[in-house]
Amino acid sequence: MLTFRGVRKSYGDVVAISALDLTVRPAETTALIGPSGCGKSTLLRLAAGLVLPDTGTVTFDGLALSPATIEAARHRMGYVIQEGGLFPHLTARANVTLLADHLRRPRAWIDDRVESLRDLVRLPADSLARFPTELSGGQRQRVALMRALMLDPDLLLLDEPLGALDPLIRADLQRELRAIFGSLGTTVLLVTHDLNEAARLADRILLMNEGVLVQDGTFADLRDRPTGSFARRFVSAWDAP
Amino acid sequence: MRLATVALALLVAAPAAAEPVRVGSKKFTESVILGEIAAGLLRATGAEAEHRRELGGSRILWNALLSGEIDVYPEYTGTLIQELLADAPGDLSDPAVLSAALASRGLASTGRLGFENTYAIGVRQDLAEQRSLRSIGDLAAHPKLALGFSNEFMEREDGWPRVRSTYGLEALNAQGLDHDLAYRALAAGEIAATDLYSTDAEIAHYDLRVLQDDRRVFPEYQALLLVRADLDPAVLEALARLRGAIPPQTMIGLNARAKLERVPEARVAADFLATLDVTADVVETGRAARVLSTTVDHLELVLVSLIAAILVAIPLGIVAARRPRLGQWVLGGVGVLQTIPSLALLVVLIPILGIGAPPAIAALFVYSLLPIVRNTHAGLTGIPTPLIESAVALGLPPHARLRRVELPLAAGSILAGIKTSAVINVGTATLGALIGAGGYGQPILTGIRLDDTGLILEGAVPAAVLALLVQGAFEIAERAWTPRGLR
Repeated sequence: MLTFRGVRKSYGDVVAISALDLTVRPAETTALIGPSGCGKSTLLRLAAGLVLPDTGTVTFDGLALSPATIEAARHRMGYVIQEGGLFPHLTARANVTLLADHLRRPRAWIDDRVESLRDLVRLPADSLARFPTELSGGQRQRVALMRALMLDPDLLLLDEPLGALDPLIRADLQRELRAIFGSLGTTVLLVTHDLNEAARLADRILLMNEGVLVQDGTFADLRDRPTGSFARRFVSAWDAP
Repeated sequence: MRLATVALALLVAAPAAAEPVRVGSKKFTESVILGEIAAGLLRATGAEAEHRRELGGSRILWNALLSGEIDVYPEYTGTLIQELLADAPGDLSDPAVLSAALASRGLASTGRLGFENTYAIGVRQDLAEQRSLRSIGDLAAHPKLALGFSNEFMEREDGWPRVRSTYGLEALNAQGLDHDLAYRALAAGEIAATDLYSTDAEIAHYDLRVLQDDRRVFPEYQALLLVRADLDPAVLEALARLRGAIPPQTMIGLNARAKLERVPEARVAADFLATLDVTADVVETGRAARVLSTTVDHLELVLVSLIAAILVAIPLGIVAARRPRLGQWVLGGVGVLQTIPSLALLVVLIPILGIGAPPAIAALFVYSLLPIVRNTHAGLTGIPTPLIESAVALGLPPHARLRRVELPLAAGSILAGIKTSAVINVGTATLGALIGAGGYGQPILTGIRLDDTGLILEGAVPAAVLALLVQGAFEIAERAWTPRGLR
């Protein structure tokens, strides 16, 4: 689905990702976890083509991402960031349908799709006519998810999607997201700094530190058999719920 | 087919037949009166004539005549010889040489009008009679007379210093003072003589005698009408009637009526033409009609320049935001344009665009660029990065991103830039009157010339009101156009 081959990315003198090889498996939820600055967000941005690797290639569904191929690839990806990244000048509904409108999808198809996504993310019907500033934080993230899912993407990229929410809403949404991912069977690549969240949502957890992949496995692998001193410290700093 | 041919022939022929003679005038009262006289005379002889009044200074009128934007304007021999034809060969004080110099430029003169407007020295009529003062030299016999001259005249090498040495007036005592104060001091008897222009309205008002300049210290400034040599001979013949028709006392009287009695120049000109048995129609417009007409002119200047600036500046702002390095040059460039003094810009534009509205619109266009470019750039670069990345990650191509996300988010800033330009434009457009573009600057300029506060307010008040209206209109538009989500 998504593979990284010998990918290296630096910003000036700062190396964000060094020599990374990784395959994100289809229909799995993969969580990228690690301290801030470990390179997990850069990895997600490489996947979305927001930055290009210095060396190596990122391949999406057999196609190497490049300025020529990225736009078509993005139509098959959904992308959600911490604050949702909703456009404040558009209603929730217009945010959701922006790309479909641009691609001139049939009106009836759009209406059906919006309705079924609204059901899926359990957003109240009247919220769609509101502007982002008129929605709660949780509602904004639901709308952002609807926007990301609008064209039924093959890959969902989520950058700290619940990071700005208060703990109660966050826990609710984690449960719902898990159910949504399960029902859609979509490939998900998720960035979080919260091991609990990764444990709840992900089939596979990738622990990163200083631009390097430290451990690759399930939550149980990481909890019970951390490899190396960093992984041990990371796990021991986390209080089991 | 035949119909089309006839129509075409009419189209081609019509403008040539209806082309009016364009009379220009400089921005001082005497020139405006002479322009009215020339235009009135031409109309009375059946020609179409329009008077483009108060177009500017000598250089602007001269260039407009050379380029054919006007056909006639009043000028003075001294200005021709010392300034406009300064680099022409030969002794231009010889009328034949002067005519040849004009002819080589496609111009001609219809002959001297009969008066000259040069530096002169005036004394009170009663004093002049009492001491029998006729020429400047007569002053030498009265060393106790107190003389008061304008500061400029005191200092100019061809002013008092030359007069004093030429006429041997070293014994006389002269003090420098403000020109307007000099007239009052003269009336109050504190000084006996002062410098003036030989056709000043005040000569009649204060009952002064102009002393003869027997030794020709002052350069000759004979008034004449300059015309384009390619004018219809009938027009030249009509204008030739003014040759020698305006003696100095007459011109002083005409200036006094316009300047001191505030009679409109057109009426002054018509009354003068009546003495030549020429009947000129005077169209006197009421204040409301004048304000309406200047408003239309003013709005044209502001709107045309603003729309052109919007069409150019928004794309420039977009380019500047998209390409930061190029953007520095773009922002720097329009910033430099903004620092060009308006008068300098107008003068630079006149050779390219002529006089009237086009150079004024071009100058206003130039000044409108910076606020719009800067605000477009600031609006676009100020959009939070996560929003831009969300739009990119969504897979919107660049043009759709610009149209659907970036420009709407920058719209508030862009509109504020347009508002700034529009309000500044309303004020700056008054300067257009300096080069004959009309608008609210016209009554202001005329009001300053005639020292007529009412006329100044006739331009200044509507200009201020228009600026406020524009500001208000933009604020309403901002409120109406800003989506609820951005308030």
